[in-house]
Amino acid sequence: MAKVYLDPITRIEGHLSIEVDVQGGRVVDAKSKGDMFRGWEKILKGRNPVDANQITQRICGVCPVSHGLASSRCLDAAFKIRPNDNGRILRNLVLGANFLQSHILHFYHLAALDFVDITAILNYTGGDDKLEGVKAWAKNELDTKKDPKIRLTAVSPFLPRYDSDQYIKDTDLNIAAISHYLEALDMRMVAHEMVALFGGRAPHLIGLVPGGVTQVPTRDKIRQFRRRIKVVEKFVNDKYLPDVLAVADAFRPYFRLGTFRNMLSYGLFELNNEYTQFMMPSGSLINGTVEALDTNNIKEQVRYARYSSGSNLHPLQGQTEPQPGKGGAYTWLKAPRYKDQPMEVGPLARVAISYLSNVEPVKREVDAVLGRFNADINAVFSTLGRHAARAIECKLICNDMKDWLDQLEVGGSPRTFYEIPDRGEGEGLAEAPRGALGHWIVVEDKKIANYQCVVPTTWFCGPTDDRGVKGPVEQALMGAPVADVENPIEVARIVRSFDPCIACAVHVVEGDRDIASFRIV
Amino acid sequence: MSLSRKDFLKLMGGAAAAMTVPTAFLDGCKQALQQVSARTPVIWLQGQSCSGCSVSLLNAVDPDIASVITQTISLNYHQTIMGGTGHKAIDVLREAVENARDDFVLVVEGSIPTLAPEYCTVGMVHGHHVPVKQWVEELAERAKAIVAVGTCAAFGGIPAAKVRADNSNPTGAKGVSEILPGKTVLNVPGCPPHPAWMVGSLVHFLVYGLPELDEYNRPKMFFGQTVHENCERLNDYRRGRFARHWGEDGCLYLLGCLGMDSGCDIPRRKWNGGANSCTGSGSGCIGCTEPTFPDTGNRGIYQHLNASLEEINKIENEDIRLAVLNLRNGGIING
Repeated sequence: MAKVYLDPITRIEGHLSIEVDVQGGRVVDAKSKGDMFRGWEKILKGRNPVDANQITQRICGVCPVSHGLASSRCLDAAFKIRPNDNGRILRNLVLGANFLQSHILHFYHLAALDFVDITAILNYTGGDDKLEGVKAWAKNELDTKKDPKIRLTAVSPFLPRYDSDQYIKDTDLNIAAISHYLEALDMRMVAHEMVALFGGRAPHLIGLVPGGVTQVPTRDKIRQFRRRIKVVEKFVNDKYLPDVLAVADAFRPYFRLGTFRNMLSYGLFELNNEYTQFMMPSGSLINGTVEALDTNNIKEQVRYARYSSGSNLHPLQGQTEPQPGKGGAYTWLKAPRYKDQPMEVGPLARVAISYLSNVEPVKREVDAVLGRFNADINAVFSTLGRHAARAIECKLICNDMKDWLDQLEVGGSPRTFYEIPDRGEGEGLAEAPRGALGHWIVVEDKKIANYQCVVPTTWFCGPTDDRGVKGPVEQALMGAPVADVENPIEVARIVRSFDPCIACAVHVVEGDRDIASFRIV
Repeated sequence: MSLSRKDFLKLMGGAAAAMTVPTAFLDGCKQALQQVSARTPVIWLQGQSCSGCSVSLLNAVDPDIASVITQTISLNYHQTIMGGTGHKAIDVLREAVENARDDFVLVVEGSIPTLAPEYCTVGMVHGHHVPVKQWVEELAERAKAIVAVGTCAAFGGIPAAKVRADNSNPTGAKGVSEILPGKTVLNVPGCPPHPAWMVGSLVHFLVYGLPELDEYNRPKMFFGQTVHENCERLNDYRRGRFARHWGEDGCLYLLGCLGMDSGCDIPRRKWNGGANSCTGSGSGCIGCTEPTFPDTGNRGIYQHLNASLEEINKIENEDIRLAVLNLRNGGIING
């Protein structure tokens, strides 16, 4: 048996490492571990509740909008206010724009290098200036960096990579993907400009407040936003979605790899001010059955996490007392459970729950993808299903955002107003690009008395729970093929398909490893 | 054609019309870079970061990020975008240390935990997880320059914020200069930093050497003036028109905007290709380029007022005057 470490898992947000045992070319055990801790929840206590909006956005630079929204809704609830129509719609617009930037970034810049052969650029013979430039650059790097001291830096940061014969072999497909990689850099930037139009800036929005946002929707801002939707929409429909399908076509076994079936969604894009209607509905999917969401079913377990605090607590009672060296524990990520079940959250969860709830636009897009591969709905619960779900979400979001712009009251107030109460409690639910995100606050003396976040990556990268059931990523890795233990690219593909964000996994820390004595050199 | 340092600075600061900065900036960078022959290697490490600085860097307009990577620098290591995974990635760092390379600029994003090495580790070498502090110390030893991007790396930022109950910090998070005594660290703060600040500082270093720095080791060309001096709402302040709620017209000072205390050119430069700015969007400055962020003493982000009593009493609108007095007496701001 071989013990294989992937440390660090690059091309994700933050510090994650994966440990797998491989026997007979298959994964027989898997552990996902985070390598960074900052202690956010301790820092939040005693501060002005409104500061939580800015501080929690800094949990993650890729999905700050989602943390800002979860925090805003959490404060809305504690302050007993709701946004007006403009506030709700503007929040949806900045969230939708950030979904576009995050999903495009994830597919092209984070995940694609596991599939696309970047060295194919050396064979480029077209006439495009940009691609010729990249080719000349790569060739020059390989030709001139012969000194052994810098041999590993040729064509950096794209090389070195896992050596594998499993990259795409079709030159045209590789070249198209590289070209779209470059174009996608612009597209995600345009999407961020959309975030800034109504959120002040991106990343780390300045303009979210309890009750809505601060930016008044002027005619000019709306026009600028609409113009950018059209640019990104064209890219999503003409390139992103077709590219995902092309990769899927070249890697069909991944419709059966990285599978997991329990799904949880808090609902994406509120369509009314009562938060009862969503573009993609909330709910849970366990054993093939969709049920209504009830957040009372959320508990965090710590048997295998290094915490001395109580296990199986609801986040409102949540505690975060670290205990390095706790016997039997192997990670600092807690194990969130819903009805005692490990749950996957994210694009696949949202799409699957929408599909099984007969949300028409989602059904139409999913069926189109499945039809192309002669597959049934079971195929979506997979590595490729996650990538396809992201592209489908982008298509639907581009489409719907144009309607939302029409619903804005031009020049109208973007918010309602608040007074910080002496005491209060709040729950704020949001969907991040990578899944269900919850913030919980307890206010006392107008200050934060407790603040807990249960983040998407904790849901799917969490450890084995109190009953001995592994977390979703760990389960998804079980049985996966590993052709070469020196280059475990299959494991990387499966893990990255979840879009982990470790800075988000607030509780993560590495505690008791013997590293202090080690020196390099 | 070569560009003098003086002309470069003029272009970087966008001394001419505010909204033309991007084009001028592009020309400035291009012309300046014609003077450097080889692309300087950059090793970009992430400590206790949220990757927000890196994401902001991707928003670089002129030059765009693809040009930076293929024409300006040689990006040897960057965890978020590099092709390699696991040992394939970490070998680049390991060999840089083992070969005693001295040809690179070290960029650090995120603060460095000091209470225990385990609070942030990057990669495995010889079966051991390596603390980020160790990588920073060893690579800084021979680096051509050390750049701290973002407020966490520059000053500690939010990870170094005080726990209110006992003024402690959970991980002993520090800015890079604090763990590298005796070394010059170029600080490019901001939460996040504007991409032009990061690229512009790097280009200045590559072409002309270290830029002129202020008392916090920030390039004066970007941080030399306050938000207030650059503010779109400066006339509102001068005429005594103050907003009562975030998002309203008028100067945001009375709501707790930190523009007077923060060195930053955003109201002029704008975020995201000119799409908006902090003060322009009605939200005010939160002081994210400052060493005091996010504590500002015990004030925090959204409670403030340090105006003199005399000045407050000049406010004619009684509601505002009372609200401000309440704030000044330690009350909490409602928005």
